[in-house]
Amino acid sequence: MTEIDAKAKETLLSVRNLKKYFPIGGGLISKAKSNVHAVDDVTLDVYAGQTLGLVGESGCGKTTMGRLALKLLPKTSGEIYFQGEDIYKYTAEQEKKFRTRAQLIFQDSFSSFDSRNKIGKIIGEPLEVHNYCSGSELEDRVAELLRTVGLKPELMHEYPHTLAAGQKQCIGIARSIALNPAFIVADEPISALDVSVRAMVLNLLKDLQASHNLTYMFISHDIRVVRWLSSHIAVMYVGKLVEYGETEEIFAHRLHPYTEALLCAVPIEDPRARHIKREILLGEVPSPVDPPPGCRFAARCKLASERCFKETPPLLERRPGHWVACFENFEGDSEIS
Amino acid sequence: MANLATSKKKVTLWDRFRYNKAALVSLIILIILFLMLIFAPQVTSYSASQSDLYNRLSAPSFEQTAKGGPPHILGTDQLGRDIYSRLIYGGRVSLTVGFVVGTIGALIGITLGMVAGYFGGWTDMIIMRLVDVWASSPTLLIALTFVMVLGPGMRNLIIALLVNSWTLFCRMARSQVLVIRSSAMVESGHAIGASTNRILFKHIMPNIISPLVTTYVLELAHFINAEANLSFLGFGVQPPQTSWGLMIGEGRKYLTQAPWIVLFPGLLIGLTVLCLNLVGNWIRDEFDPLAVKQ
Repeated sequence: MTEIDAKAKETLLSVRNLKKYFPIGGGLISKAKSNVHAVDDVTLDVYAGQTLGLVGESGCGKTTMGRLALKLLPKTSGEIYFQGEDIYKYTAEQEKKFRTRAQLIFQDSFSSFDSRNKIGKIIGEPLEVHNYCSGSELEDRVAELLRTVGLKPELMHEYPHTLAAGQKQCIGIARSIALNPAFIVADEPISALDVSVRAMVLNLLKDLQASHNLTYMFISHDIRVVRWLSSHIAVMYVGKLVEYGETEEIFAHRLHPYTEALLCAVPIEDPRARHIKREILLGEVPSPVDPPPGCRFAARCKLASERCFKETPPLLERRPGHWVACFENFEGDSEIS
Repeated sequence: MANLATSKKKVTLWDRFRYNKAALVSLIILIILFLMLIFAPQVTSYSASQSDLYNRLSAPSFEQTAKGGPPHILGTDQLGRDIYSRLIYGGRVSLTVGFVVGTIGALIGITLGMVAGYFGGWTDMIIMRLVDVWASSPTLLIALTFVMVLGPGMRNLIIALLVNSWTLFCRMARSQVLVIRSSAMVESGHAIGASTNRILFKHIMPNIISPLVTTYVLELAHFINAEANLSFLGFGVQPPQTSWGLMIGEGRKYLTQAPWIVLFPGLLIGLTVLCLNLVGNWIRDEFDPLAVKQ
């Protein structure tokens, strides 16, 4: 704990009360009929050199959160500070600098490539855009990047469609680290891969973090992967942050019933453990379109009281460094590990 | 995997083209035609306006004229002008109009369409409403009106046809950009800090260009036809300049006596348009990933 605390002092990215609503209906003149609350009042910190795991089921706004952290989408309100500066108030020059410091890894890297280009061109493009190097110097750098991600430098003369899925993902990673960024948003980087190559890509990400001093925002729906890779975890549910803190703290003292349910959904390898009773979530994820007041998880929550349907629970620090948005469960420290 | 890649590369574009007989023949015909038009003085023995009243309306023949001049292989018209020479010189005008209108129209239309599709919002709305207004009126009527106001002649004919020619390209480019704009490829470009210009012209453009090339070739045929129509009606090219359309217009009165005056330009318009269409279809099949390939 104290060791992590000492390291955790430097905040690379802070998100404050961030909101992103997507309007539905309405045109250029008429107002939007309703809004999808994709990210609703999220506050969290990402510490330098560490990994924040962002978990939640599909449609909970975690991808939108990742895009906002890179300023790839306009925000609705709130602030995001990168090394102390609000990225949404950057000048054009600052923004260009930011693009070299913060990068994105796609779920399906192949679809993010211009498939008419050869691999060398794809990986070298960021270097070209920012005038880092050109000519034979560029080629050397691309070769070095390919070696870094464990591929042969000769591949730079091939087209990406000739590669296997895991290798394509490595090309995507090579492209994203080309400019030596400090911060990388990895948007489900292993979800589209075969189980056999997942470990390879995960290990690569972990090695790169150590060798390049990278900070990750790792977006995933697989809480086991997140636990393995992340120092901190943020759990999202329908646009809201419901629990946030250090990984081991959260695994030791899960305070939000949704986190509890997520953990119970993890398959247990031991067939003899089948009889252990598990919480299975019933009901459906509520619509993020203009959600009613109250806790968004209330309808599926076994602990929900009347208050949960009327008031939105604030995100409060229930234990040191452990933030939870729940009225009911703050003393229910279920000591299971 | 490497093997697979190389074996794919072995079938070149030329190989696939060679086996499409119709497209191949069309392309050869078009190339011969273009060469003849470029080297018009070398391949003709008469000028387009040189009249010979002793040889009015003479039928195609390979015999020398009474005065010992070169034969009128495709006959002569009502003023004794050599049809073959007129076809070649007239073709220069017809194809120039077609290509100029097609090319400028494509450049304007594609640029506006890409801007509309990429930026969306008000930009899109203004450009597309403009297209709607323009495209809702019939091409030939608009062109006729413009020629009436500006006066006939080749330059004004080009301007008149340009008024409508960009709209199709604009719509096509826009719809292609809309598909690709929200793709991960474009987002990836933003993520590395690529400029809008770079994303538009280095990534989006090469990925949408093939259907537009097809449209371009097919539209060329359309504009050659449009020129012929306007010149036939007398609103296009003015004598002594000539074009295929004008030749048909002028020869119409002699259709029963001397059908060759309208027959040959008519055939040539048909042949050029057919060849352009066949080549255009081939390009479409070749670059459309959904088309079935052998």
